[in-house]
Amino acid sequence: MIRIPCPFCGTRDHSEFSYGGDGSIQYPALDAPVQDWHDAVFQRENICGVQTETWQHVNGCRMWLLVDRDTMTHEIHDVRPAHPGMAKVLGVTS
Amino acid sequence: MSASRLTKGGRIDRSRKVTFSWDGKTFEGFAGDTLASALMASGEQVLGRSFKYHRPRGIMSAGVEESGAIVTLGKGDRVEPNAKATMQELFDGLSASGQNAWPNVRCDVGAVLGLFGRFFSAGFYYKTFMGLPPFEWGRGTGIWMQYEKLIRKAAGMGEASREADPDSYDHVHAFCDMLVVGSGPAGLNAALTAAQQGKDVILVEQDFELGGDLLNQSDPAVETQRAELIDALQSAGVRIMTRTTTFGLYDYGTAGLLERVTDHVTAPSQDAPRQRFWTVRAGATVLATGALERTIAFTNNDRPGVMTAAAARTYLNRYGVLPGQNIVLCTNNDSAYVSASELAAAGAKVTVVDLRTDVGADQLGAMQTAGVAVKTGLVPLKALGGKTVSGVQLAREAGTGWAAAETLSCDLLLVSGGWSPVVNLLSHRGAKPAWDADLACFLPASCSENVVMAGSATGHWQAADCAASGIAAAKVAMGEDAQTPTLGGWDTPIKPVYEVRLPGSKTKSFVDPQHDVTCDDVRLAHQEGFVSVEHLKRYTTLGMATDQGKMGNVIGLALMAEAMGKDIPAVGTTRFRPPYTPIAIGALAGRNVGTHFKVMRRTPLHDWNLRHGATMTDAGLWHRPWYFARKGETINDAYIREATTVRETLGICDVSSLGKIAVQGPDASEFLNRVYTNAFAKLAVGKARYGIMLRDDGMVMDDGTTWRLSENDFLMTTTTTGAGRVMVFLEELLQTRWPDLKVHICSVSDQWAGVSIAGPQTRDVIAACMEDPDTVSADNLPFMGVKKIRLKGGIDGLIARISFSGELAYEIYVPSDYGEPMMDLLWSETEPRGGCLYGLEALGALRIEKGHVTGAELDGRVTIDDAGLGKMASTKKSFIGSTLRQRPELLREDRPQLVGIFPKDRSQTFNGGALLCKHGDNIGFGEGWVTACTHSPALGHWIGLGYIAGGHEAWQGKSVTATDPVRQGDVEVEIVSPHMFDPKGERMHG
Repeated sequence: MIRIPCPFCGTRDHSEFSYGGDGSIQYPALDAPVQDWHDAVFQRENICGVQTETWQHVNGCRMWLLVDRDTMTHEIHDVRPAHPGMAKVLGVTS
Repeated sequence: MSASRLTKGGRIDRSRKVTFSWDGKTFEGFAGDTLASALMASGEQVLGRSFKYHRPRGIMSAGVEESGAIVTLGKGDRVEPNAKATMQELFDGLSASGQNAWPNVRCDVGAVLGLFGRFFSAGFYYKTFMGLPPFEWGRGTGIWMQYEKLIRKAAGMGEASREADPDSYDHVHAFCDMLVVGSGPAGLNAALTAAQQGKDVILVEQDFELGGDLLNQSDPAVETQRAELIDALQSAGVRIMTRTTTFGLYDYGTAGLLERVTDHVTAPSQDAPRQRFWTVRAGATVLATGALERTIAFTNNDRPGVMTAAAARTYLNRYGVLPGQNIVLCTNNDSAYVSASELAAAGAKVTVVDLRTDVGADQLGAMQTAGVAVKTGLVPLKALGGKTVSGVQLAREAGTGWAAAETLSCDLLLVSGGWSPVVNLLSHRGAKPAWDADLACFLPASCSENVVMAGSATGHWQAADCAASGIAAAKVAMGEDAQTPTLGGWDTPIKPVYEVRLPGSKTKSFVDPQHDVTCDDVRLAHQEGFVSVEHLKRYTTLGMATDQGKMGNVIGLALMAEAMGKDIPAVGTTRFRPPYTPIAIGALAGRNVGTHFKVMRRTPLHDWNLRHGATMTDAGLWHRPWYFARKGETINDAYIREATTVRETLGICDVSSLGKIAVQGPDASEFLNRVYTNAFAKLAVGKARYGIMLRDDGMVMDDGTTWRLSENDFLMTTTTTGAGRVMVFLEELLQTRWPDLKVHICSVSDQWAGVSIAGPQTRDVIAACMEDPDTVSADNLPFMGVKKIRLKGGIDGLIARISFSGELAYEIYVPSDYGEPMMDLLWSETEPRGGCLYGLEALGALRIEKGHVTGAELDGRVTIDDAGLGKMASTKKSFIGSTLRQRPELLREDRPQLVGIFPKDRSQTFNGGALLCKHGDNIGFGEGWVTACTHSPALGHWIGLGYIAGGHEAWQGKSVTATDPVRQGDVEVEIVSPHMFDPKGERMHG
């Protein structure tokens, strides 16, 4: 079981969270060309090692988080709020 | 083996007799016994029959590695098969029986299979019965399936109960600074060291007593030392858990524990769970899990009366049972000598046979004093005797192989082939154990997590070293430096031996007795090209299932290495997997059984609905009214009456389960405008609008109405089942993509009780319930209007004039606690007018007649165009999914599109899920499918909704078959517009 240190609630079991997806994706503007949207929605790296992921503390504070997790070891290197304003308030930046 | 109970000694309480039954007969033992020790003391020798060959099996060990005395515990609905008699604490009324045998384990007809043993080598059944002519010429796997039934009957283990489990199980969560697994000298000292430094420690022991190998010693000083340690642990505040197995180790210091609460109790309290499943999150973990003694593979090494050497010492010193009178003890290491002298002191004739010729003079001198004969340079070649052992033929080294030597008679043959540290839990963490050639065992590798091993589990063979290593491990786990004692601890080094056989001979020597895997099976696997140990394991079943390689793993690897001409480290080891010992499914389920299997959500009107005759049904997690049957009505009578009443007068339906999300803030309208496909930016205050949301990939996600309550305050409704999904997506958008939007969202689903009131007389009823009846006049509340209202009695709420049924209809929401008063009020005006309450079945009929979509149609695979709602996708703005919904494949005109379906013969019916096929072409996937069907009271016949390629215009005048081969067969249908009733929507605008 992964334990995720939520910046708002403290360390909790991963069963309180739900996995979002690749946190490195920058979603294009709504009116961006189809190719940009295609890449953002469907193209994914299958990373062996540390990747940035989004997780939501869905059974907790409901905040979306950016989690740097090693896909081989489950080791978590960093957790910060996905909302840049929240990250700033907490003094962590991505 | 002629075992006997001694008159004194051991940890059993001779003043407390315990009565139990074995195979229907009554036996006696003492408090402190295990089932195995009590049966041994009673002279029972054959306790099991082997998996494949039905060979007689007796007690092989005294612990968790037991592979012979595997029995069935309990009876009726409390049967537990495949239990190890060595692990079951004896209690009054315990009922146990032999398994995999007929009529019983002592005389088993199935043993005839053993005569054909050479045919049953690894993979025999598959090779023989699967895909091989003449058994299966061109017939797929059909015949194999028949053989498999017979094979499963002949081979196997105990039978589980087919009745529901009457016991309860609990899930418990715990946290600690340090988890210590195992309570031998290493574990006790590790726990004490940490606790004395103020750490919160949990000490876990699978046995019913603390002490590990300290319990097996004859020296009274050891017992004093053990008692002092336990006292110190208790005063230091260590949380001690006995009868608890740490079955698995997971990420981040999480451990899975199984606590057996009542498995040793005659009449357990009704309130106590049978077992507890613990999830422990530990800051640090010390594994003092001990080591298991290995056997040696030789012919008939599985005969009842062949046992590990240390087990004999356990039965002697802990249970007061002398396991044999005439004992031969074969060893290749020092550990067995103490067993030999203690057994001799208890009155047995003991001969030690040691493979090593360089045994120390001290050792030999001690044996002479104890009256133990020692023969060196010899190993066991074959156990003699039928159902039990009567002697052993020995072998001596001859060149690189073995040659037969003398024969000794005995009634108990003890074997010590060396010790294997229990590295299973560390292996769960992915740390590969490393072979140590000097100690001839796998030692735990270091682990990147804060998991430290100690004691004999790290290759310390002396109790004092184990204690020191426990202290060191606790310090390391706390981040301190510590000196670990030197490994090993034997005067004369071990001389590894794994298998003894004469060159070229075929043998029945067992590597994994639990699965009847022989040395020849391992060689056969190698011959057939299985070069990886992981493949070897799966092909031969060596070390699989409940055994997890406890007894046979190292021998199997040594044989594989020999066959490949490599050494053991080059072959490697398989990965041990959780659970370390089996766990009842009930413990995994815990309290999540029956009605607690999933969450049940009730609306605020639940009790009111039940009082008014509702029959409930599940809608996702929700319990919703299905129909309100009157006396003598079937479900069909009821829903048809309800739907008819709605169209003719009016009806009330509980819609509280719809998702409700408050969307507030200066950018709320901009946010909704981006999320919905249609325009929301200019929705007027006091108006509602039906909206559709897409996913990023352009598929429909959900639909519902959103009401503008004020400039910056919206109430969004979602489908019942989509509520959670929509909320999560909106939160993701606001927090990760559009953090600049000033919007706050909050789920208010549970805050409101809601009803839909539909039918021509609705306005009269609602007006009669209002403090100001004028509020809901056609002018004051036009179609899609929204208002804050006050019902009679001062109940404040919201009303929106929206319709799902196609009738003049309103939705009224009041705070949850006012739900029942609202219902009483509405019902008092509805009932006298001949109105009704209606449930999901009638709601379904009404919406199908109108061609309105729900989750059955919006199943995640359809576009907004497929659902016939394409005109709701704005062309003037961008929104979520607006780009990817333009992918060429999604714009094809021959995509399946929403249609209505009539049976050609109007008296016929068809099923939801039926495939829509071209007439006469009902092979394959068809052209579409049926999503919903109902009797239509308005039209007077069966109707349905579904999807079909190209939509209804493409199928005008063409014959279509709704084919449902499993349930009903074929029905000829007509494809029509999905708007089957009042297509212009005149009724709801009335």
